[in-house]
Amino acid sequence: MSKIGVFICHCGENISATVDCEKVAAEAGKMDGVEFATDYKYMCSDPGQTLIKKAIKEKGLTGVVVGACSPRMHEPTFRKACSEAGLNSYMCEMSNLREHCSWVHEKSEETTDKAVDLVRMLVEKVKNNKPLNAIKVPITRKALVIGGGIAGIQAALDIANAGQQVIMVEKDPSIGGHMSQLSETFPTLDCSQCILTPRMVEVAQHPNITLYTYAELEHLDGFIGNFKATIRLKAKSVDYSLCTGCGECMTKCPSKKIPSEFNEGLGKRTAIYTPFPQAVPNKPVIDRLNCTYYQKGKCKVCQKVCPTGAIQYDLPDQFITEDIGAVVIATGFNVLNTDFFPEYGYGKYPDVINGLQFERLASASGPTLGEIRRPSDGKIPQKIVFIACSGSRDPAKGLPYCSKICCMYTAKHAMLYQHKVHEGESYVFYMDIRAGGKNYEEFVRRAIEDDGVNYIRGRVARVYEKDGKLIVKGADTLLGSKQVEIEADMVVLATAGVASPGAEELAQKMHVSYDAYKFFSEAHPKLKPVETNTAGIFLCGACQAPKDIPETVGMASGAAAKVIGLFSNSELTREPLIAVVNRSAPPVFSTCVGCFMCQTACPYNAIEREEIKNRNGEVIKTIAKVNPGLCQGCGTCVAFCRSKAIDIQGYSNEQMFAEVMALLNV
Amino acid sequence: MQDTQNSPFGGKGVIGFYPGCSLKGSSSDYSESVLAVAKAFDLELTEITDWNCCGATAAHNMNKELALSLSARILALAEKQGMEEVVVPCAACYNRLTVVQHELNKDAELKQRVVDIIEMPMSGNLQILNVMQMIDKYVAPRLEEKAITPFAHKVACYYGCLLVRPHDILKFDRLEDPQSMDILMKKSGAQPLDWAFKTECCGAGFSVSRTDVVAKLSGNIVKDAADRGAEAIIVACPMCQSNLDMRRPQINEYLRENINIPVLYITQAIGLAVGLSAKEVGLKKLFVPAQFA
Repeated sequence: MSKIGVFICHCGENISATVDCEKVAAEAGKMDGVEFATDYKYMCSDPGQTLIKKAIKEKGLTGVVVGACSPRMHEPTFRKACSEAGLNSYMCEMSNLREHCSWVHEKSEETTDKAVDLVRMLVEKVKNNKPLNAIKVPITRKALVIGGGIAGIQAALDIANAGQQVIMVEKDPSIGGHMSQLSETFPTLDCSQCILTPRMVEVAQHPNITLYTYAELEHLDGFIGNFKATIRLKAKSVDYSLCTGCGECMTKCPSKKIPSEFNEGLGKRTAIYTPFPQAVPNKPVIDRLNCTYYQKGKCKVCQKVCPTGAIQYDLPDQFITEDIGAVVIATGFNVLNTDFFPEYGYGKYPDVINGLQFERLASASGPTLGEIRRPSDGKIPQKIVFIACSGSRDPAKGLPYCSKICCMYTAKHAMLYQHKVHEGESYVFYMDIRAGGKNYEEFVRRAIEDDGVNYIRGRVARVYEKDGKLIVKGADTLLGSKQVEIEADMVVLATAGVASPGAEELAQKMHVSYDAYKFFSEAHPKLKPVETNTAGIFLCGACQAPKDIPETVGMASGAAAKVIGLFSNSELTREPLIAVVNRSAPPVFSTCVGCFMCQTACPYNAIEREEIKNRNGEVIKTIAKVNPGLCQGCGTCVAFCRSKAIDIQGYSNEQMFAEVMALLNV
Repeated sequence: MQDTQNSPFGGKGVIGFYPGCSLKGSSSDYSESVLAVAKAFDLELTEITDWNCCGATAAHNMNKELALSLSARILALAEKQGMEEVVVPCAACYNRLTVVQHELNKDAELKQRVVDIIEMPMSGNLQILNVMQMIDKYVAPRLEEKAITPFAHKVACYYGCLLVRPHDILKFDRLEDPQSMDILMKKSGAQPLDWAFKTECCGAGFSVSRTDVVAKLSGNIVKDAADRGAEAIIVACPMCQSNLDMRRPQINEYLRENINIPVLYITQAIGLAVGLSAKEVGLKKLFVPAQFA
């Protein structure tokens, strides 16, 4: 005979404002099999939990129904409380009176009646619950870090330094990401490469890190602790075991006019190339789309000049699979193209460039060796205009969100310009100056007050060329929207930060959710910022939203800490809410008839064949068996099974029918 | 009639024509050239019978229901007369009709109120085409082959404000750097210039009350076109045309220059390109004379 306890939570006023909680408790008390029912203001609080524990012990409860918020919120809390009081935690169920009732209805008697019904359903369900035990699964202690920018580098080093194995996958020929393209970094103006390159080398040399550059994730199967990653190693056309990185091939390659990705199109590279001289690994790959040999069938100059015979044109893409326990996504971001703003003339006027291009102009490793020279004629611009929010914070034409980094890097750009072109004039058009961060506001003030950058609060309407000058037409809204026109030599657009290309495809491969702008979604905006909604997959850096280096590094270390924490266990506890094939005494053994429809239906390859043998070892019957490590409890097999031989533990047909009948029998 | 049959409506629909007040008065040359070009491309435009004022700027500043009802009546008449598309050459009329249809379609209650006022049903499914859309759909496919006397001049295509705004509703061309007119002019043999004032304000209705403001605003437009070597300014709006053309004496006074670049409707330029005479496209009615024919 069931002895069920029902506990109705007011959730402050979240539930009690529209539902009469006392009445729900009173009605629950009258239900068949209910031994005890009560209500309390905050059931999840310590006194609330104590109330449940005390009732379990004193009344000898066999099941508990908590009428409160969503089970996604507090089911673990209440199950833990039950288990502490000696009740199997799976004998505790939650009835969602908040999201499913009080939040979506007006205050009325009907709302209370609905709450009573919701409780009644769970009371009937819990009567059919059976004690279950958590499943233990082994963990592969090896992490996959996707992306070799500063986020991936930080996460990989932290995990590796904690003694765990890391595989890093980078799609480009070198790690380093966007940070390696930057000149100086705000708010200290220390050289980006100087602080980054030692870390890149550390990654390459770390005994616990296996680095795959020019590689991409092809597939990801499995689940937390037990993923299987298939990685595509794109054909480099260079045998790295032979290549010494001497660079002879790059010097002699006749295709020299390819726009360099590293220099954002402001410089050129060869078809066989390393992205930049400090690349890690410092060995070249052949860009087959731009290589004369691959396109026209002859050339092979690089092969002729290579002293070690490392050039191999027929190397195919290779696929490797790795068993891993956790994934860290660190795929970074990109800058918006400027199609949204044709009136700013990007693409039409060579001296209208974006922020990342300015970084390359200002960088000592850039195409101008750090001198600010405009792309059209190489002259030093005497008047330069920076346009902040070129695409950000503009729901009509661009993107509604703030890209967060532009205010700071624009101040830095203007400052660098003033430091390098002393007599030059610089102007910044801005909406607001968002300089939230340690020493950030001071940095911007320094640009304005010490370096004499002219900040104009207002938008730019148009940039056009006249008599060799770029005319920037805008408004100064602090001077009563006075129209201003600046005859500039160069214009720099702070384009919005956007998700990196391929982010959506990657998210789908990994079953990780993403937002409307293709940024990966964290599991909780405040309390789970480095987790995704898929267990065992973590994220860090600008793949989640645009962010600066300090924040990216902090987040990367956070993700690394989560991985290290996960790896500190030898095995993982999983919810036993999985499918099982029923078994019964001989001669039936199971109602499974061995049709294996379930095997074709299962998305996780969790269904295996099991042979039932007699004492002589002869096979009597072949039935389906669910691998508890692989099953995700989706229930597809249950729907497919024509002999009703499979059930989901905790959500059996019997339990579901009991819930429905509880509604219909009222 | 050939093109009508090629229309997405299977040739059943009549293509309507809404001239509005300008095309019947000060901009009769616009009307003449639109109809002449349509005829040259076998496109039959049927004027909406018993049409009224679109409400222009005045109505929607005074009384919202009146503004909606005036335009709604035109739309309802067009539907009643079996039209599925209506060509509206005046940029202001095009703007009003499109905005009104949009507003009524998104608010069923409001639509019912307006239907009660005009005492006519309306489905709100009318295709409203501005002159560029008409040309693009019915003229452009055969424009290059028919441009026997190409309009081989440097032109500054001037869009003004009403053709592309509000962008959410009109969904026509790019907001700050529209291209449609440039593309069509290129097809008729012209060389469209990259210039800076294609969507700047001409001064619009201040033409009468504050001619000095119009002289300044329109002056900047004309000046930039002249500086870049334009031989003609091409427009698709009667208001723009009259400010840039009729107000040229005031403009020149403001600029202290004597700029005599003519201001042609796009249909006049295209008409000339396909071999229509200056008379057929109403070229004589321009204040700043055009010597193209």
